Amino acid sequence: MNIVVCVKQIPDPASPGALDTSTHALKREGKLILDESDAYGVEMALQLVATAGSGEVNIVSMAPNGETSGMRTALAMGAAKGLLVSDPALAGSDALTTAKVLAAAITKLGGADLVIAATESSDGYTGTVPEQIAEVLGLPSVTFAKKVKIEGSVLKVDRQSESGYDEVECTLPAVISVTAGVVEPRYPSFKGIMDAKKKPLDVVTAGDLAVTPTGWAAAGQKIVTVTQAEARKAGEVIEDDGEAFGKIVAFLENLKLI
Amino acid sequence: MAINNIWVFAQGSGGVATTGTLELLTKARSLSSKVTAFVGGDASGFAASLGEHGATKVYATGDLAGKLPGVALSAVIKTIIDGGDSPDVIMFPQNYEGRDTMSRLSVKLNRTVLTNNVDIADSGDGVIATTPIFGGNLLVATAFTGPGPHLVSFRPKSFVAESGSGGAPEVIAVAVPDLGTQGGARVIAVHTEQSSGPKLDEAAIVVSGGRGLGEAGNYSLIEDLAKLLKGAPGASRAIVDAGWVPYSYQVGQTGKVVKPSVYIAAGISGATQHMVGMKGSKNIIAINKDKEAPIFGIADLGIVGDVHKVLPKLIEALKSRS
Repeated sequence: MNIVVCVKQIPDPASPGALDTSTHALKREGKLILDESDAYGVEMALQLVATAGSGEVNIVSMAPNGETSGMRTALAMGAAKGLLVSDPALAGSDALTTAKVLAAAITKLGGADLVIAATESSDGYTGTVPEQIAEVLGLPSVTFAKKVKIEGSVLKVDRQSESGYDEVECTLPAVISVTAGVVEPRYPSFKGIMDAKKKPLDVVTAGDLAVTPTGWAAAGQKIVTVTQAEARKAGEVIEDDGEAFGKIVAFLENLKLI
Repeated sequence: MAINNIWVFAQGSGGVATTGTLELLTKARSLSSKVTAFVGGDASGFAASLGEHGATKVYATGDLAGKLPGVALSAVIKTIIDGGDSPDVIMFPQNYEGRDTMSRLSVKLNRTVLTNNVDIADSGDGVIATTPIFGGNLLVATAFTGPGPHLVSFRPKSFVAESGSGGAPEVIAVAVPDLGTQGGARVIAVHTEQSSGPKLDEAAIVVSGGRGLGEAGNYSLIEDLAKLLKGAPGASRAIVDAGWVPYSYQVGQTGKVVKPSVYIAAGISGATQHMVGMKGSKNIIAINKDKEAPIFGIADLGIVGDVHKVLPKLIEALKSRS
């Protein structure tokens, strides 16, 4: 069972986001970290390979400036090797180009029995890349997986729905996107962190993968304006003195809701 | 005129068109007189309603027999487009089926996508979609620069559904082509989580709980209060991820968008991801022990206090009135 996990390296979500004033792109300067949403996919992959008893988990990512710190986190969790696509010509790529690049990276690694991605990234959240990768690779896919197991060559997934969940069976190879909370991601051990520094992590360009980078010019979309939304004002804020519940009752009464 | 032929990815539930579908059709008919509804399923129960809301033509696949919508419906749409009916714009709802179908179709057509939008405009020489970012503090307007069909998805409640004067639409049956290995996924069983009371995204009052409740067992306070107010219980992503309540309770960016008369946020600090889903509420009441919590920045009434003390007293007070 060989699994490739697609991960994104993003600016620390704890620091406020900002847009580049000339390109209107999300600023991705400084150190990038492993998107928390992707830790679930890495953990899921490690568990599935452990259950299968053989195979390995590999990581692919696309990021500017040869950034690998987030991928090292995935390697420290237990992934075997990584392949990063980093190319200035990819700056400004849309989700479709990202999917083509990641699909080519997966193929370069020799393909996989299963490709895992998060349902969406925490910074851009376009949310289309996993399904686009499946289409590029010509594979079936199951998005929004909240429970995954493999029986023989059949993938069994509980897929989240608007009103509950669906049981889905799928042939392998396949692509799945996993929801947050699907498993409890492990913390990398000290030994894991030290080992990760020595694990293979190749960095290639779009040209190495024979993907034509589109970048800004041909992304098929262009930001035309960025405006401040109408702000919602704060109202009355009071400290609870034991009687604050009365304020809520009065508020609801005033609206004739009770 | 940039938009002549516009399609809406339409959905039904229990034999009626979803509210989200009617919202998109209402907007679509303001952009073009040629509006087509594409239904991935059986449209016989609600084709008339699609017509009333602006569709002059309906494509319907009939029952998908367990096929996953993304693969199957994108293949049908590609076949129709190859056959000569090529729209300038396809409007998708920002939900599972819409997202999966749009993603697959973008590869088949080699077209970019714009997701999470709240508005669309025809600038005369192009199509511009607007999406809120950074918790809705900034609005980003993006133009499609390449050729159509332009693939664009919208958050729920971006538009208000209004019926028009449209008559019965022409209904055309379309078949799902052979999907090959890509069609390797099948739905084996469907599980619906039962909930009583009003639906979360339709309730006049929503009471949501977050991490501040401390532990899963305390969520009953949220349920009790919601029931007393004839509202719906909701949740932050944090407690859904922690497994306290099912995903169907989640309010926010990756959950439901709610716009009730009153939204009560208990033990929710107000992460961007949550605020996006509820800041359109008419009135917001927040209870949180941290007076610096971002939720107080948008609350009409903020109580700095312990939810474990405030909620039981509030519940008692409401019970004594009824």
